[in-house]
Amino acid sequence: MNILGLYNYWIVIILILIGFFIVIAHENLIKKLVGLTIFQTAVFFFYISVGKIKGATAPILDDRWQLYSNPLAHCLILTAIVVGISTTALGLALVVRIQEAYGSIEEDEIQTQDTQDQLECQLEAYGPRKQFLTKRI
Amino acid sequence: MLGGIYSLLSASFFIDLDAVDVAFTEASVGAGISTLLMLASLKLVNRYERKTRYKPLLALGVITITGALLIYGTLDMPHFGDPNAPAQQHVVPRYLNESMAEIGVPNVVTSVLASYRGYDTLGETLVIFTAGLGVMSLLLVSSRTKKESKNLVPADMRQQIILRVVAKMMIPLILIFALYVQFHGDYGPGGGFQAGVIFAAGVILYTMLFGLGVSQRAFHPEVIILLTAFGVLMYAGVGVACMLLGGNFLDYNVLRHDPIHGQHLGILLVELGVGITVAAVMITIFYKFTWRTVKHKYHQ
Amino acid sequence: MTAHLPVLQVIVPLLAAPLCLFLRIPRLVSIFAILVSFAAFLISCGLLSQVLNHGTLIYEMGGWAAPWGIEYRIDLLNGYLLLLITGVSTVVLVAAQSSISRELPENRHTFFYTAYLLCLTGLLGILATGDAFNLFVFLEISALSSYTLIALGNDRRALTASYQYLIMGTIGATFIIIGVGLMYMMTGTLNMHDLAQRLPEIYKSKTVLSAFGFFIVGVCLKLALFPLHLWLPNAYAFAPSIATAFLAATSTKVAVYVLIRYIFSIFGIEFVTTSIPLSEIFLGLGLAGIFAASINAIYQLNIKRLFAYSSVAQIGYMILGLAIGTQLGLTATLLHMFNHALMKGALFLAIGAVVYRISSSQLNHLAGLGKKMPWTMAAIVTGGLSLIGVPLTVGFVSKWYLVVALLDKGWWPVAVLVLLSSLLAVVYVWRLVEWIYFTPPRIILDEVEEAPLSQLIPIWLLVLANLYFGVDTRLTVGVSKLAAQSLFGVTP
Repeated sequence: MNILGLYNYWIVIILILIGFFIVIAHENLIKKLVGLTIFQTAVFFFYISVGKIKGATAPILDDRWQLYSNPLAHCLILTAIVVGISTTALGLALVVRIQEAYGSIEEDEIQTQDTQDQLECQLEAYGPRKQFLTKRI
Repeated sequence: MLGGIYSLLSASFFIDLDAVDVAFTEASVGAGISTLLMLASLKLVNRYERKTRYKPLLALGVITITGALLIYGTLDMPHFGDPNAPAQQHVVPRYLNESMAEIGVPNVVTSVLASYRGYDTLGETLVIFTAGLGVMSLLLVSSRTKKESKNLVPADMRQQIILRVVAKMMIPLILIFALYVQFHGDYGPGGGFQAGVIFAAGVILYTMLFGLGVSQRAFHPEVIILLTAFGVLMYAGVGVACMLLGGNFLDYNVLRHDPIHGQHLGILLVELGVGITVAAVMITIFYKFTWRTVKHKYHQ
Repeated sequence: MTAHLPVLQVIVPLLAAPLCLFLRIPRLVSIFAILVSFAAFLISCGLLSQVLNHGTLIYEMGGWAAPWGIEYRIDLLNGYLLLLITGVSTVVLVAAQSSISRELPENRHTFFYTAYLLCLTGLLGILATGDAFNLFVFLEISALSSYTLIALGNDRRALTASYQYLIMGTIGATFIIIGVGLMYMMTGTLNMHDLAQRLPEIYKSKTVLSAFGFFIVGVCLKLALFPLHLWLPNAYAFAPSIATAFLAATSTKVAVYVLIRYIFSIFGIEFVTTSIPLSEIFLGLGLAGIFAASINAIYQLNIKRLFAYSSVAQIGYMILGLAIGTQLGLTATLLHMFNHALMKGALFLAIGAVVYRISSSQLNHLAGLGKKMPWTMAAIVTGGLSLIGVPLTVGFVSKWYLVVALLDKGWWPVAVLVLLSSLLAVVYVWRLVEWIYFTPPRIILDEVEEAPLSQLIPIWLLVLANLYFGVDTRLTVGVSKLAAQSLFGVTP
């Protein structure tokens, strides 16, 4: 039946959405990365599901089998997994540096600190002008 | 931890869907390396979230739209497991039917990965290299910290005699298994990437138990960094060699007189290149994270 | 060897990047990087002339014919952009040496150049490839290396900017692979040319529509289309100046290229215009982006951020050209891609020179520099004039073509809005001029001199290119027109 034939994809979609939700909604930078990982793995599931054929076996050629699942999808996902882990590693390194620089990995706290930085810049930008004017007077 | 379990579960799910190679990778990467990295960085940052806070409204809106688009997309999809779906029809049959004659490697995933779409894999190796480079430049450590770390054996590990003895027996096996996976990828599941990760895992285990200093005497960090580059060069070098011998880039047929032998040699070499880069990058990343921990300890 | 040019284009920087780690001495690495980039530039010249003479070039990786293997497919569109990117990259690199040695600690120089070459490799790979999945792989190479480049900046905000870019970029890339996956599912192929031939049969399919949706959103995240641009200003503001100059001039252009490639070469313009109101969406977002970003730019206190916002606005113009959906509109977009790269390359390099001399990119610190660094400041002003679209600059040429295309389509209110938006550019450029020439210095400038020649020459090379292509439009307009024609399937 139509709906039953698609159940696998729907499970994958739920996973994708969970991961995506975590990325957007959470303030903690590490949790965001965890969400990103789930989001990406869910997409891998999707590709592998596309490659699956009922009653087939792993694509390692052998005389005993006739039907194999899709090797191309597997190959693409191998590449994608590598890309995923690379992104995660780089992201974690960034988080470590952010923790060192800000003392926090909560997005809102970092934003508060950044706004302060910017305010200081602004004060500095307009501060000297006033001094200058007073001098002239 | 939960992440690790999630990855193991995903790996079994992949096996269920006949993707043994992918399952293998996911098990070693997801359950092994990425969990390890997560733990290492959790050690470096606050372990506990201050309090859980969301900005749920915007997020809910966005995911509703995404979900709706996805579900809408599924409506016209071919059914799960359908052998007549277009994905199984157009390109793939040639891989399954001809690859034995054209490449002579039973594991079709390996032949697609290393030969038909070998250029993608070169790109993938470069991605890993880029990530390694990024982590290196971000977590740069002074040579002083490096020296301090030399003699550091994790104190709590010294007491764990059983763990150390078991590990001493395990580590050579892990490394040999890695080599097996490296060179047996043509016939069974496996290949350069998985082998590299397993090899790195062996080294990382060794470092965790016996300390950074000992491990770095065996695997010198500078050398490892050069190896990350060497693997990529090896892969691309094979491609260039093919060009010099008159073929297209990465056309292994010209490497030997007999195309099948040429393919074998080419796949072997490029997989080795992938393995070297992956193992070296993983070890470098782990070293960098550990140095960071050491630095924190000393400065606090 | 000429047969191998398409692959050499990407392979040369690809091989050079890891070699940098072996060279180790930063000075050597920088010279090496310049040479490599220049070699890539020569190759792209060769490629473009071949394409002009013989038509589309196809190169099969590993000798496997597409769709089984991966092919490189160079036509006018990407040949033209390859030339642009390698050219700008070379010029920027010449200026890099002195600027980088001032802005980064010595032990990071090698990393910087390696990441730079990797980024170049990634961008060239995206342009040259004819395979949808391969495009994703190279997209990630360029993305990961740009996160690294940005994070190398000195300010701690560079880290958060890079992190934000990483999250947004990865979401974008994942959307793109969802799109590729859906298309693969429906057609069984990953090759772009093959996809274009197999898609028309299933235009009505909901899956294809959803695939297209994911592509568009993913690519728009990458190209920082309003309102998905939030990562861009910080990323450009806090990255090392050279990295900003390079990324601003090239990476968004490549993202626009991807968009054009998908719309015109894969899905086909008929599908796009009939299935969803993309034209209206792009029109709205483009205009909103132009105005919101230009107004934001007026309020910025940091010149890098100011021009970053202006970049978002300029992307709006490119999208507007696409929204028109005619051959003229596409020509305007292609022209603006080229011209904007020249403008922003020159501007950010000049800002790099300012940072080199006064270690600041605050607007108020520019005060009085008009006398101290006349050549650099003149470059900034010329670049600014070009952004406004003053005649004799490239900015004028692209605005002219855009307005003509809009009028041709009969959208005269939009044309009026475009002209109005130029006034906003006048405001922020005038603000700059005021600070540079008419305000007494705010900081002690006694020690400040003109920028070193190694920076002035590249800056003025780009500025002169700005003026040259503003007058002599044969090459740019000619190639853009031909490329637009071929994308619309009209044989010239």
